[in-house]
Amino acid sequence: MRIFIQHRTHYAYGSPAKAVMQLLRLTPRNHDGQTVKSWRIDLNCDGVLKAGEDPFGNLTHTLALNGPISDLEVTVEGEVETEDRHGIVRGACERFPAGLYLRETPLTEADAALKEFAHDVTSEARKDRLEMLHCLLVGIYSAIKFDTTPTNSATAASEAFKLKRGVCQDLTHIFIACARHLGVPARYVGGYMLRTDGVTQQEAGHAWAEADVEGLGWVGFDPANGICPTEGHVRVATGLDYLGAAPIRGTRQGGAEEQMRVAVQINQARSQWQS
Amino acid sequence: MSLDEMNAEDGSVREPYARVAQWLATVSPEQLERRRVEAELFYRRGGITFAVYGDAQGEERIIPYDIIPRILSTQEWSKLAAGLEQRVKALNAYLRDIYGPQDILKAGIVPPDLVWRNPAFRPEMCGVEAPHGIYVHIGGIDIVRVDEEEFYVLEDNARTPSGVSYMLGGREISIRLMPELFRSHRVAPIENYPNELLATLRSVAPRGTMSEPTIALLTPGIHNSAFYEHSFLADGMGVELVEGVDLFVRDDVVYMRTTEGPKRVDVIYRRIDDDFIDPLVFRPDSALGVPGLYGAYVAGNVTVANAMGTGAADDKVIYSYVPDFVRFYLGEKPILKNVQTWRCRDPEDLRYVLDHLAELVVKEVHGSGGYGMLVGPHATKDQRADFAERLKVHPENYIAQPTLALSTCPTFVSNGVAPRHVDLRPFVLTGADGVRIVPGGLTRVALRDGSLVVNSSQGGGTKDTWVIEC
Repeated sequence: MRIFIQHRTHYAYGSPAKAVMQLLRLTPRNHDGQTVKSWRIDLNCDGVLKAGEDPFGNLTHTLALNGPISDLEVTVEGEVETEDRHGIVRGACERFPAGLYLRETPLTEADAALKEFAHDVTSEARKDRLEMLHCLLVGIYSAIKFDTTPTNSATAASEAFKLKRGVCQDLTHIFIACARHLGVPARYVGGYMLRTDGVTQQEAGHAWAEADVEGLGWVGFDPANGICPTEGHVRVATGLDYLGAAPIRGTRQGGAEEQMRVAVQINQARSQWQS
Repeated sequence: MSLDEMNAEDGSVREPYARVAQWLATVSPEQLERRRVEAELFYRRGGITFAVYGDAQGEERIIPYDIIPRILSTQEWSKLAAGLEQRVKALNAYLRDIYGPQDILKAGIVPPDLVWRNPAFRPEMCGVEAPHGIYVHIGGIDIVRVDEEEFYVLEDNARTPSGVSYMLGGREISIRLMPELFRSHRVAPIENYPNELLATLRSVAPRGTMSEPTIALLTPGIHNSAFYEHSFLADGMGVELVEGVDLFVRDDVVYMRTTEGPKRVDVIYRRIDDDFIDPLVFRPDSALGVPGLYGAYVAGNVTVANAMGTGAADDKVIYSYVPDFVRFYLGEKPILKNVQTWRCRDPEDLRYVLDHLAELVVKEVHGSGGYGMLVGPHATKDQRADFAERLKVHPENYIAQPTLALSTCPTFVSNGVAPRHVDLRPFVLTGADGVRIVPGGLTRVALRDGSLVVNSSQGGGTKDTWVIEC
């Protein structure tokens, strides 16, 4: 499947910012089942974008702007060719052994409630890791209601779990916290998903988790949809949690009342080359 | 019986203390008390205070200073100094390795999860070359003695060790308040510490730095408990004392805002924690750091001292492997001893620890400042039971060590001069041109009778440390 993606992030500042610096993880890489056909980053102003790679192997761009800046728009756009691999990730850029992904981070710490939940939903399937992870996937999908209101990008897994509400980021953090508690290396994936209901305009990118399974390697689990990633999923960045895979991390100097607006368009590319 | 550094068991005075013993025999408690009060005034006037975390009032206190110096002979010191140099070399080699080729993991010496799951390990530092291969430029190695022959390392401090201003303040007091006693010894000088630190920092400037490198000391600000020390050291070195907002990064180069415009900074002696260094990479809510500093470091345009991620070498489990580092990286026999350490993550060790709680000191792997530890022999039955539960739930968070009979030194307390337990924190400076250690260090003394906890946050005091030629 060929997927067209356009992701716009617009910042408006109540009073102009003196300087803005951002770290972008907005560029996908190739791996088995995912080939980037075209990709570009655009800015609505003059700025320097410095390409690099973080220690996890994600492609990064550092953006530095000197003000006054009253608004800023970062747009990425491109096409990615995908194949369904049942969520199994091979041929990706791996910089660390799976064992690293047992680290706890502040956003993915499992509190007593999460630990209990992790044990409860997997009690039937403790022996087979893959089965256990599927139980966890379904368990989270049914226990947590998708709701964009109560959480934000700094919400930890335990807080979202207490609310029983959250967005894909929260569900992913909950999945990671539980999996690590159960001794399974797990990581955060930031990316995009082509919706199956025909809706092409989305308010944000997508996020899901990957867990390490003996014999298979990294396998994706999308708890917001209760499925393993399909050919509709496009991986962009991975990390220990949202902070390590965030599409944009930024700081600014001066400039009051930042307002951020995100618009994502994802549709199947009507490609004449498709075989 | 623990070693008393002045009075030998046979009743004689140990040689290094000969003159101090004579002096103590001639001064009255009133004279000592007067000097103690003067010393306190010196600290108060100088603003040499510290804030105690967790103290409800959060007020600044003066660390009690004991005016009776702690004496080491040159012979004792030279053995200790050789051991310190070796130890810090091994710590640097370990950090270079885990953030690089990871040979020690391949060799099966350190279990990989102790690296990967260590909260102080920074994956962001992997594959990043530290300028001149140095991570720990300033190391504080806590040393204790239990007998005349051996020095034991109690703890390595590889992050941002503090206390050097107390070491230097103590020396100033000795010279001012006890000039006769001081002059009757040939005391090795330590006043050159700021110069030695400056020379160390200059030597580690990124390769290709033009002319004289510019150095800045990065502080979290006046609310930090060690702010006095930050300003004292910046002053002593003649370098700028800056906060995060005073620095900025452009094109992967760090600049300092000055009245004459931006000035390039080559070396940052940072006294802020890893978490706060760069909000783009570490904690995003940090307002203390400098956005882009990590990128400048990766680009090789600035040296950060100590490097980020050095805490991966100084927790209390990794401590137990440092003698292995000495053998593995340097091919040498460790000069300094380690205190025997049970790793509670190991089920056999845990069983032993639970069975012997009343004899052991149990410490949190990532704790510091004497918080969250159990001194078995001094704890109540309930405290021990409570700790045993914690151990069973999170054994990996704890290590245990025998309760050491730390050496004692004569100390002036309310009822006269009495022996009190001490440790020693020498400061080891590692530059591209070698290791520098000013002779001595900060002696910390547990002022409470029988107490083994010397941490200033737990009622410990300090002493001047004299390395003398006998």
